[in-house]
Amino acid sequence: MTENSLAQPSSKKELFVAFTVLALQGFGGVLAVAQRVLCEQKRWLSRDQFVEILSLAQILPGPNVCNVALMIGDRFFGWRGAFAALAGMMAVPLVIVLFFTALYSQYALNPAVAGALRGMGAVSAGLIIGTGLKLVGALRANPMKTPICAALLVAAFAAVALLRWPLVWVILALGVGACALAWMRLKPRVAAVSRS
Amino acid sequence: MILSGALLALFGHFLVLSLLSIGGAITVAPDMHRVMVDQMGLLSDAQFNASIAIAQASPGPNVLFVAVMGYQAAGLAGVAATLFGIMLPSTTLALAAARWGHARREWRAVQAFKAGMAPIVIGLLFSTGWILSAQTPGWHHIIPTIVAALLVWRTRVHLLLLVGAGAFVGAMGWV
Repeated sequence: MTENSLAQPSSKKELFVAFTVLALQGFGGVLAVAQRVLCEQKRWLSRDQFVEILSLAQILPGPNVCNVALMIGDRFFGWRGAFAALAGMMAVPLVIVLFFTALYSQYALNPAVAGALRGMGAVSAGLIIGTGLKLVGALRANPMKTPICAALLVAAFAAVALLRWPLVWVILALGVGACALAWMRLKPRVAAVSRS
Repeated sequence: MILSGALLALFGHFLVLSLLSIGGAITVAPDMHRVMVDQMGLLSDAQFNASIAIAQASPGPNVLFVAVMGYQAAGLAGVAATLFGIMLPSTTLALAAARWGHARREWRAVQAFKAGMAPIVIGLLFSTGWILSAQTPGWHHIIPTIVAALLVWRTRVHLLLLVGAGAFVGAMGWV
């Protein structure tokens, strides 16, 4: 997808509605839906831009998808857009989750309900993994070579998922190294551009 | 009914936790447990665990588990204390950082950040999927997880259809 074929939301209201609809499809996490809707259906972002926004959203504190909503809203309509996108992401789901809380005590012990929740949890894990597989394609254009990208990806996974190291330290240690590597790889290209 | 002083203390505590919540609010859940269950006695252990389970089963961002905790502790005033507390600082910081980075997107340092972080971010996505899957005991649930991952990757099947199928096989007791 080239950046030229991207579309734009026409108004803050469209942002609000789009993020509400998107959030309501996200059970056990909204990230998979966000990637599908924003990149593939609405085409407001390319896959590269999505990864870029997600990078920033993940290293900053706060819920990742809420940070993504804020940044996208802000890019199109400034802080009012950011607020519209975030409100869309949270308002209706908040009402629903409080409603479920009121119901929960009555149905928590029902085996079919507990089973359904377990099944939904299993699928939502799969949705995140599938989204990751899709975004791997965005690494092909990375200035770092493919084996280095693969090594960084595997190292991040091993440290967080298998060794359960604290995320802050993993991001700091791997991130600083990766950004330094990328910095060095970018150098010749930037120099060539400035000479021409 | 708890005192407004306690609510204010809760709000203040969540403001601090917000700035520590790298990777999402769930990463500071252990500290919420320390404060709300052990220290202030606002929630029972069962209520605390149910908050996370309810939010995961509901549509919308997972951070709403924080609102469920506030609601169980002190009704809508509790929701205001926990949810605004956890959102305000991180939201402000995210907006400022995004603007700073976007205005300087041609800088080599910003491009190096973008390129360097991309593989790590994708590795973290796989980690999230792995951890979500590993918290369910047993192994049958791995099958719907793998099937869902492959379908999301390779097809355009509607995501709600996949979640609905997961709920169905779960309700039937197959996973």
